[in-house]
Amino acid sequence: MVTDTIQEIIRRLHDVMDPEIPFLNVMEMGMVREVVQEGSTIVIRITPTYSGCPATDVIADDVLAAAKIIHPDSRTEIILSPAWTTDWIGEEARLKMAEHGIAPPTGQSADKAFLLGKDRITPCPLCKSTDTHMVSAFGSTACKAHFKCNACLEPFDHFKCI
Amino acid sequence: MTKAQHIDWLLSLADDALILGQRLSEWCGHAPALEEDIALSNIALDLIGQSRALLSHAGRLEGAGRDEDRLAFFRSDREYRNLLLVELPNGHFGDTIARQFFYDQFALIRYTHLAQQTFDSEVAAIATKALKEVRYHAAHSAEWMIRLGDGTELSKARIQESVDRLWPFTGECFQEHTILDAAIASGAMPDRSRAQNTWNESVGAVLNQATLTKPEGSWKQSGGRDGLHTEHLSYMLAEMQVLPRLHPEAKW
Repeated sequence: MVTDTIQEIIRRLHDVMDPEIPFLNVMEMGMVREVVQEGSTIVIRITPTYSGCPATDVIADDVLAAAKIIHPDSRTEIILSPAWTTDWIGEEARLKMAEHGIAPPTGQSADKAFLLGKDRITPCPLCKSTDTHMVSAFGSTACKAHFKCNACLEPFDHFKCI
Repeated sequence: MTKAQHIDWLLSLADDALILGQRLSEWCGHAPALEEDIALSNIALDLIGQSRALLSHAGRLEGAGRDEDRLAFFRSDREYRNLLLVELPNGHFGDTIARQFFYDQFALIRYTHLAQQTFDSEVAAIATKALKEVRYHAAHSAEWMIRLGDGTELSKARIQESVDRLWPFTGECFQEHTILDAAIASGAMPDRSRAQNTWNESVGAVLNQATLTKPEGSWKQSGGRDGLHTEHLSYMLAEMQVLPRLHPEAKW
């Protein structure tokens, strides 16, 4: 049952930002899977993006702090299944990424073309050129790859599909 | 599988990832190029993340109050269950890549099975996530094998040396062992000979593309699963564990 308290908490969670992508909140990232009431406790279930993502603990702390303002008897739970996927990142969040110079994930997570280095087109978020290339599949954070635009020569991050 | 075997099996999975992650992290700030420095550190981070989830799970199952930190920092070398392959020193960049390549191909096969098995649903959840990450690792190490093997005369000679030197350590991945046999019997681990064949095929295909020679030797160096390690592990653990052992209750 979605109570007023739960709705209030979900509204609050829209202000909890991902520390590594500070213009996106945890709801937009698709990291909060569930906010439910169990007895008198509110349980917020969070899915980490990458196994080793150092931001996960910080995010869980921030989510809990935000929830406790509304309902002191709250707790968070990390759930691994189903595994987080970039498919959960909403359309609006993808647009925001592009505005902030990060090429959003393109296509479906199951797309092997990117993984195998076959050039699926990742447009430059700065000049919009489609003439880009991957420098490295590993970028500034676990979730990003490092690209360079052949047209404007600027390097940029691409949010990897997983 | 008995509960003790179940825990031991989880530790073998966790320790492979933890020890290789710790080894790779030694490259941070030392890799031959900035992109590679970032790549190796990213892979190390993924591996340590995977091991954290597995260690926590092992600790909960054991029920003796040991959490991931307790298991990582307060076990001695004899209590570690990792493959010898992953504890070997980084050597030069080619050594690190060859070691990574052999392990990644093994990890792909293992995680693919772990993600589907129904013996341990928590492991299935961890593996589903890990598999997404390991696919990137495997693509990276295989690409380097090809670039170095099919590269210059010098790079080819050196990566071939790495392959030959590390080869005896790869047999341990599929070696018969009480714990792994129990895991296979429970359906928790893939069938040994089928897994080994798949590994041989995929490793062979990449080596072939890299114009490298697949070693013929069948001698296996082993002992890691029983806690009998090379001397290198002790030095690594000494560095990894010194802080929490000196200040056991420290919080930061």
